[in-house]
Amino acid sequence: MNGTALTNGSTMRGPDKLLRVSVWRGGAGGRFKSYEVPRQDSQTVLDVVTWIQRRVDSSLAYRFACRVGMCGSCAMTVNGIPRWTCRAHVARVAADDRLEIAPLANLPIVRDLVVDMSEFFDKWARAKGRFVPTAKRRDDFARVRPSSPARRAADAAIECIGCAVCYAACDVVAWNPAYLGPAALNRAWTLVRDERDGAHRERLAAVAGDAGCHACHTHTLCAERCPARLSPTASIAGLKRATALAALRGEL
Amino acid sequence: MSARTETRVWAAQRASAAVLALCVAVHLATLIVAVHGGLSAAAILGRTRGSPAWAAFYTLFVVAVAIHAPLGLRTIAAEWLAWKSRTADIACTAVGIILLVLGIRAVVAVTL
Repeated sequence: MNGTALTNGSTMRGPDKLLRVSVWRGGAGGRFKSYEVPRQDSQTVLDVVTWIQRRVDSSLAYRFACRVGMCGSCAMTVNGIPRWTCRAHVARVAADDRLEIAPLANLPIVRDLVVDMSEFFDKWARAKGRFVPTAKRRDDFARVRPSSPARRAADAAIECIGCAVCYAACDVVAWNPAYLGPAALNRAWTLVRDERDGAHRERLAAVAGDAGCHACHTHTLCAERCPARLSPTASIAGLKRATALAALRGEL
Repeated sequence: MSARTETRVWAAQRASAAVLALCVAVHLATLIVAVHGGLSAAAILGRTRGSPAWAAFYTLFVVAVAIHAPLGLRTIAAEWLAWKSRTADIACTAVGIILLVLGIRAVVAVTL
């Protein structure tokens, strides 16, 4: 392969291989600005953003931390699709060596590629996404069978890292700003299936209604886009069943 | 609207959808059979009039429509028109009542 060896061992292709990158600059009233970035092997979209920030314009604002898909802070809209930029390889996502990088949709833009996540996490609180223990100090450890249906349902949804990709992908969030969104409802579902939790009734009341699980149209974009391959759609369907049963029993 | 009412509204929407899935299939199959069999309007009326089974089937169909359609319109009004108020609920209820009256009138006309 033609190219120059870099200090980190990767190979940079010739200078004729350039990515044409449009990056959102400014706040809600901002615009896309074009950059040319050298194409490299195994290059991620986060690498591209970092290259621009370090080599071209140090005022570019973006957010990242772990760079390995664990922290959930580097999500952006890449060529129209919300993704973790650290795990989005340019080779897989850049059609014709072109990239359009924008902040996540459905959240207020702070500046450039940084969005305000306050509302996203406030909705986790509104969905009562906090564990409410029932055990006392001297109680023995709860023994939850890993094979129990409730535990398996919680397991399927537990690995969410709160990156807001599903929230940005959700049409219902765009239409109905009060909607709690896939991530908060997914979190609520893991607690509804947690037999140690003591706030099931309050949580079901919090997630029912037209700002909660019943607003979901089952478009399944959240499940389609989730980088952790979770299915918030399935969790929301579980909440619909649980709230319907609670309403029948007069517990809602 | 309270969480309980919203949940019941959702359940009514789902249950009426399940009934409609069955009713629409039976209705379409009946239409196709009638058309292919070359039945005239008089022949069809001859079979439906005085039939408790057809009367019950189409009454169920009309009730399901009268529940399902206004609830769907209510969601569309809220999401697409941002029309989400007591007035919207009343308007959608009125649509449901109109559908129910027109539908039952038609059922009576072809089965009694």
